[in-house]
Amino acid sequence: MSGANLGTAFVSLLRRDLMLAYRHRAQMLNPLLFFVIVVSLFPLGLDPEPELLHAIAPGVIWVAALLAAMLSLDNMFRSDFDDGSLEQLLITPHPLPLLVLAKIVAHWLVSGLPLLLLAPLLGMLLNLGSENLLPLMATLALGTPVLSLIGSIGVALTVGLRGGGVLLSLLILPLFIPVLIFAANAVGNAGAGMDITGQLAFLGSLLALAFALAPLATAAALRISLN
Amino acid sequence: MSEFFHMGGYAFYVWSSYSLAAVLLLVSWIQPRLREKRLRRDIARRLRRSKR
Amino acid sequence: MSIIPNWLHRLSSPRNFYRFAGTVSDWCGWIALVLIAIGLYYGLVNSPPDYQQGDSARIMYIHVPAAWMSMFVYMVMAGAAAVGMIWRIKAASAFANASAPVGAMFTAMALATGMLWGKPMWGTYWVWDARLTSELILLFLYLGYMALQSAIEDRDTAARATAILALVGVVNIPIIHYSVEWWNTLHQGATVSKMDKPSIHISMLIPLLIMALAFKFYYFSNVLRRARCEVLEREKDKSWVQELVRGEQP
Repeated sequence: MSGANLGTAFVSLLRRDLMLAYRHRAQMLNPLLFFVIVVSLFPLGLDPEPELLHAIAPGVIWVAALLAAMLSLDNMFRSDFDDGSLEQLLITPHPLPLLVLAKIVAHWLVSGLPLLLLAPLLGMLLNLGSENLLPLMATLALGTPVLSLIGSIGVALTVGLRGGGVLLSLLILPLFIPVLIFAANAVGNAGAGMDITGQLAFLGSLLALAFALAPLATAAALRISLN
Repeated sequence: MSEFFHMGGYAFYVWSSYSLAAVLLLVSWIQPRLREKRLRRDIARRLRRSKR
Repeated sequence: MSIIPNWLHRLSSPRNFYRFAGTVSDWCGWIALVLIAIGLYYGLVNSPPDYQQGDSARIMYIHVPAAWMSMFVYMVMAGAAAVGMIWRIKAASAFANASAPVGAMFTAMALATGMLWGKPMWGTYWVWDARLTSELILLFLYLGYMALQSAIEDRDTAARATAILALVGVVNIPIIHYSVEWWNTLHQGATVSKMDKPSIHISMLIPLLIMALAFKFYYFSNVLRRARCEVLEREKDKSWVQELVRGEQP
């Protein structure tokens, strides 16, 4: 297997997934809409006092991002499983972890990246100052790929199960806790003028670890789920 | 003796901790035994039915 | 096949495993019972009350061993699941699956006793203390494992899928622990963790270690009983099972 060949397989799968997402763009927008609605519920349920909103904003935005990720993750392998193309993927000569990685990257481009772009707007709604917004985007840039990577393992384990969506959140949400802790804390601390390179470094190493291990685990899980 | 049960004023917390632990251990002890009994009975019944 | 020692290979035959598990379970059960009796005597009667916490510190003799067990069982479960997945040893998979409810039980015990200890110490049942929070997350992990196990109908698929989940959990648990500890020191610097005593007196260490050992024997006794059920259910059409139940009343 030549390197060029592998690259072609990766890129063509990525392009195919993005194309599919573009065709079903209304469906892809739903998790984003969910993200916006959940965040805007908090001021209504609590108290629209600026200081309170400022204090809870990092946590609220991050929890909403986790939930939105759960929603979009459910679709990662579902349609491919339903029309049988997932099985085709398993019998191609290319290494499965690489193909899985292409799907994960596609998922992040469709769900994580828009979240990242939307977040500053929501931050303003929750009274985050400009000193918080850049760290917020930095944590989302480092954190949401981790969500896609770890999430893919859970999706691969539950693909084809009835009621897989709820089960998925049971399996995966506890694993998201480190991301939540460090990301929300970094955003909050940045507002207080503290140094956040430590938190960002931790998120970065989480990303590196997940990048190295998650595609392997997902590939193994897919082989188990589909036989 | 009553001093022992009194636990220096912490009787409620100490004794409910220990009795809770006892209940959990007992339930977990009984569970597989009941299950095995039921399982063996079911298999025996199925075996008898298939012989007939 | 040559990687697996001969005795292990023979043990992995379901019939031998069933018989062996019953004997070992009984022995471990008796040892656990004796150790619990000794541990209770030392813990409740023959140890001094803590100079700060008084008699409420006696909750430690079940809380701390239960918390230790909750981690220990997860590690053993993941190890057994990995062995079961890699070498296709069904007895190991049965052992892993049987471990989950016992581990969840110990985690629940650590949580509940931690809360009962927290009330006199902190004045409230729940504080987002690092250890309690970690235990809560661990309970979620156990429940997720059990949920996945019961959601997949095919036994072998379920065993291999849960093995993957357990291994992912093993990689994540240290990270989760570290994050929670870090988060805790940030937000609750004032709360001194109750387990962080610089030195524990020998009269308190003895019952603690005895109870920890007792819980380990209890776990092995209990989990082997449960694994026996799994084996029995899986092998119900085999001749050795049918011979076994022949004399049974309906």
